[in-house]
Amino acid sequence: VCTSRFWFNYRHVANTLSVYRSVKRLGIPDSHIVLMLADDMACNPRNPKPATVFSHKNMELNVYGDDVEVDYRSYEVTVENFLRVLTGRIPPSTPRSKRLLSDDRSNILIYMTGHGGNGFLKFQDSEEITNVELADAFEQMWQKRRYNELLFIIDTCQGASMYERFYSPNIMALASSQVGEDSLSHQPDLGIGVHLMDRYTFYVLEFLEEIHPASQTNMNDLFQVCPKSLCVSTPGHRTDLFQRDPQNVLITDFFGSVRKVEITAETLSLDQDVPGLESKFPEEELATEPLKYAEQLPVAQIIHQKPKQKDWHPPGGFILGLWALIIMVFFKTYGIKHMKHVF
Amino acid sequence: AGPVQVQLVVPMAVVFAPGSVPGDLPRPLPFRDVQEMEISVNLRTSVTSRYEMRYRSTTAQEEAALAAATAREADAALYPLQDTTLGSLTMYMVPETSSLLPQGINVYVGKHRSALVRAGGGLAALQARLREVTQLMSFTATSIAAALSDRVPDGQLGPDARRNLKSSLGYEITFSLLNPDPKSHTVDWDIEGAVNRFVKPVLDKLSLVANFSVDSQILYYAVLGVTPRYDKESSSFLLSAHSLPHVINPVEARLGSSAASLYPVLNFLLYVPERSHSPLYIQDKDGAPVSTNAFHSPRWGGIMVYNVEAPASPQTSLPLHVDVDMARVMEVFLAQLRLLFGLSREEVPPEFLLESPGNEGLADWELDHLLWAHTVENIATVSTTLTSLAQLLDKIGNIVIKDDVASEVYRAVASVQSAVTELSLGHLLAAFQASKEAVTCSERAFFDPSLLHLLYFPDDQKFAIYIPLFLPMAVPILLSLAKIVRETRLRKKEPTKMD
Repeated sequence: VCTSRFWFNYRHVANTLSVYRSVKRLGIPDSHIVLMLADDMACNPRNPKPATVFSHKNMELNVYGDDVEVDYRSYEVTVENFLRVLTGRIPPSTPRSKRLLSDDRSNILIYMTGHGGNGFLKFQDSEEITNVELADAFEQMWQKRRYNELLFIIDTCQGASMYERFYSPNIMALASSQVGEDSLSHQPDLGIGVHLMDRYTFYVLEFLEEIHPASQTNMNDLFQVCPKSLCVSTPGHRTDLFQRDPQNVLITDFFGSVRKVEITAETLSLDQDVPGLESKFPEEELATEPLKYAEQLPVAQIIHQKPKQKDWHPPGGFILGLWALIIMVFFKTYGIKHMKHVF
Repeated sequence: AGPVQVQLVVPMAVVFAPGSVPGDLPRPLPFRDVQEMEISVNLRTSVTSRYEMRYRSTTAQEEAALAAATAREADAALYPLQDTTLGSLTMYMVPETSSLLPQGINVYVGKHRSALVRAGGGLAALQARLREVTQLMSFTATSIAAALSDRVPDGQLGPDARRNLKSSLGYEITFSLLNPDPKSHTVDWDIEGAVNRFVKPVLDKLSLVANFSVDSQILYYAVLGVTPRYDKESSSFLLSAHSLPHVINPVEARLGSSAASLYPVLNFLLYVPERSHSPLYIQDKDGAPVSTNAFHSPRWGGIMVYNVEAPASPQTSLPLHVDVDMARVMEVFLAQLRLLFGLSREEVPPEFLLESPGNEGLADWELDHLLWAHTVENIATVSTTLTSLAQLLDKIGNIVIKDDVASEVYRAVASVQSAVTELSLGHLLAAFQASKEAVTCSERAFFDPSLLHLLYFPDDQKFAIYIPLFLPMAVPILLSLAKIVRETRLRKKEPTKMD
């Protein structure tokens, strides 16, 4: 989820898209991703390289890519819609791609970025979501068993305050900075003119680029990403609500999708002499003439035509009447004696 | 989650053929007996199972049926004579020396709701064998615990327990043909015919459980995400068992699903490998090729690899025309469908012989098995949902409940009470339908869009907004009110001074 608008918040969109990209690369299909971007940077009129969103300076990596499926865009990214997606209390007309159709065996990864403060995250520069509301939403999800395990990553200033209030089980949280600290951005790009990425997500992206779907890296390595020397802020994490030991949790449990698979050992024996229903359509294809279209617009004729000679028509009633009126007015004004000079 | 106390009642008849009555029966036939067992899932949830058994001897018609040559014929002849309500069971005891059951087999389980049990030993042995059979044919502690899996503390159930499809009002089944190499293979599959001939009978039988919708598609140039290894010994390509989990994801992105319905989707994929990777076999954990050449993923669906034989002469022009043998394919897909629903025949004791259900796909008692599990699951889901809704309303005192939400809640409560009552009376079908109704109503009430807690402001936010507005205004008002009060008090005192 990217919650900031305006061109100078380019880095938040780049953050979100780089996590989206890693997650897709590691196997999660679009049907299982809800992407919310509050503003369109790739097609922003201020973007000197349209249709791209870069994450490294010198334009090394275009995280916008070829197939980005944004589910909630621009003004649809509101606190209400976000909470509706999480809790499932969505109006019935919402399409499948905008819903979170998870069940009690789903592991959910939530990544949020934007501007935040002590206990809140700013949405669209006009509203906030507080940590209490977020914790309540997670509790509603837990009550309905909409997740098996949940990983919450937040990259904002004072991000650790957002996970302080969680109280539902099986949640692990990571934040880019502690309360009282600011998360800093990584590097500006002089060609584009804005900061491209935030430090924490930049190093997380570098870490994730080395993960492949079968890798065995665990969560403890993710906690070590971006130490204070590189990040200036102190990243924090919270694992007390999580039942498994982070050592045993694979990165691909959340960022990728490795399914449980069983070999099918049984078959059903079917009786093959079952009368099938008659096929409704006749089998042979009728021979058809190749279809022709009548020439509706003889373009060739129109283009090469000489301009047609206009035939002469006598002046119409309107012109005659106008002239009669003018002459009558003339003679009325100057007297009828001029008439004999005309005729 | 609130406490759930459910009693599952199974009406049973135990019919003794002449020569099979054990010597130490407590009372002369016919008599009734009740056996109760408690399945405790966690501290607050308990399910008691109650088998109401009616012991009697065979009627003349039943004896004639049991005189058949094979167990299968006897089962077919007995079917019209037995009780066919969902959830009931009938056990026919045949003499120990009877030739109806083959050698070494002590129990024959038929396609409907009956079993032929070989008598032998005394009452205790009889009861033990009966218990085995009834647990197989109705429900076991494990199957009930698996249905209630979200109430069981983690670690008590095995890791594989939560893998059956969750009870839902409907399922979408999608058959997909993947042809990664259209230049070499033109694949024709008569899916419509196969669905009508093989899949429809099974879905018709399952229609009691849920609504099913079936569609199919063909995907070209869809490759598996894994490159198979070439094995020189068998001169074939092999997909090892540990690479199978990575096969599904790249394909899933292209599968698509119906945008309109929210039912869970079951995908069955038929993959025809490329000419350059043929023949392709799936290896199991021990390295042996799998006979079905198929694998499935719980709650998702299944994939089968269909190998095309190499052309007889190397000069045959490509593309080869391939006519898929739909019967063989459907045998595997329907078996996978059964496994996805949790109907497996793997853990059957060796002395049991189970009749194959044939084209119907599942035996009547397997349908009952599903219905027991789904009914219990539905009842537990409804009680969790309603309890959590009540807790939400307690927490946010000023939430507004619309009339239709309230009526849905009342209906859900009434339906779940009726479901529990029907279960305790032994009416499985009525209980299942009531539980389905209860789940629909409670889900509609819980997920109503108007219940978003964000829309209702807590009191401290109200104070935070109104105090900065009203306090500065209120200060001069209060001060002047105080001044007025002081002045009236002074004026009241004055007349006493002024006299």
